[in-house]
Amino acid sequence: MIGIVTYGSYIPIYRIKTAEIARMWGDKPEHPEKGLGLLAKSVPGYDEDSATIAVEALRNALRRKDIPGEKIGAIFVGSESHPYAVKPTASLIAEVVGAYRAHAADLEFACKAGTAAMQNVYSMVKAGMIDYGIAIGTDTSQGQPGDALDYSASAGGTAYIIGKENVIAEINHTVSFVTDTPDFWRREGQRYPSHGGRFTGEPAYFKHVMSSAKMLMEEAGTKPEDYNYVVFHQPNGKFPYRVGKRLGFTNEQIKPGLISPYIGNTYSGGTPTGLSAVLDIAKPGDRIMAVSFGSGAGSDAFDITITDNMESFNREAAPKVMDMVNRAKYIDYATYLKFRRMIVEVD
Amino acid sequence: MVVPRFWRERRYRYSLIGTRCPVCGTIYFPPRDVCPKCGRESVGKMEEVQLSGKGKVYSYTVVHQNVLGYKYQKPYVMAIIETPEGPKLTGQIVDVDPEEVHIGMPVHAVFRRIAEDGKAGIIQYGYKFVPDKE
Repeated sequence: MIGIVTYGSYIPIYRIKTAEIARMWGDKPEHPEKGLGLLAKSVPGYDEDSATIAVEALRNALRRKDIPGEKIGAIFVGSESHPYAVKPTASLIAEVVGAYRAHAADLEFACKAGTAAMQNVYSMVKAGMIDYGIAIGTDTSQGQPGDALDYSASAGGTAYIIGKENVIAEINHTVSFVTDTPDFWRREGQRYPSHGGRFTGEPAYFKHVMSSAKMLMEEAGTKPEDYNYVVFHQPNGKFPYRVGKRLGFTNEQIKPGLISPYIGNTYSGGTPTGLSAVLDIAKPGDRIMAVSFGSGAGSDAFDITITDNMESFNREAAPKVMDMVNRAKYIDYATYLKFRRMIVEVD
Repeated sequence: MVVPRFWRERRYRYSLIGTRCPVCGTIYFPPRDVCPKCGRESVGKMEEVQLSGKGKVYSYTVVHQNVLGYKYQKPYVMAIIETPEGPKLTGQIVDVDPEEVHIGMPVHAVFRRIAEDGKAGIIQYGYKFVPDKE
């Protein structure tokens, strides 16, 4: 049996309300909530980045179950906001947990690099190359001030340790779907990303999420009603409900894993953190589908079953996703710019 | 802090690794090669030990000065943290309003950016503290 051995998330404490962003840019304050389903987004503190978020998420995973560094054979960190352009985040993680005999690499695939990391670790465990591996999705995503992404681009991350012993959530099956789609990009040296406007919905998010979800159910021989929960990539608070409805899922299956209305789009942290929120409440025997989406564009889908080991697993040893969602300090737009290093000083 | 020194100290800055004297049991952070109490008896015998990261505020101050690199964080709180293992650590308390901080406040260590060497230099990571629920 191969699957999740332990998991942990981290969401920064700071939030900015979307109504405050609307006030700044002259939009109606109710616009982001009504139009995008977003109430607030998480903001990293001045001294936080995707690496510090990754470490805190991993430490929360290790609080629930300690896996010694010498047993960890792989570390993949997925992010589109690695602190360095050249110098891996994965080697910092290796040093923090003392995993020196590990295959370590950073991944980038817009919002799906975290689930890509999970698939890589799963594959290495399945191949018998490693006993345990770390997969992390983490981001402090950038949105150009005043752009639509300013309402959603947020910060957070989740770490999974995947192995074959003491598995709490078995990964039954996983598939991916990918095409070259120009919906969202950031060129080398550019501070903020660009997006292809109308490409965002139909040809990008919906096509890829629906393709991988259908492929997964076809290969696993499952139907939407076989799942207790479904987690979709959550760029806003509306897309997951819309894609879920088109695939035949109910809002009750979607809601527990949908946290973007409260913290925004954590990019590579998105689907992994939605899944983490479901693992916080799931019971043995529960079946979960998790489907990510990354612009550019691709989607990874997972079919997961909670095992009996969840009964004795110490979920309480680390804060749950909703604990961290509810622990919030609200800031204004000027403080947001300060924390995100967007103030340009003139010498 | 220059790159070689940061590199030498990375393990204890990242993971709060100190040393314990096997003769008298005293724990030191930052790590020491020799126990000042036991002298030569401890030479070559000091053992590495990882601190739990838990602690209480022993004393603190709120910095309002424009210290280089901290302009965007002021006012910020610097504190001496008393750990259950014994050593007292100096560190910043973050994610807190300065008026909430008090002596005896329980805290735990978190992983944060400590400093960065300009826009092109190395980023130095290490421990800071955040309040625990009381």
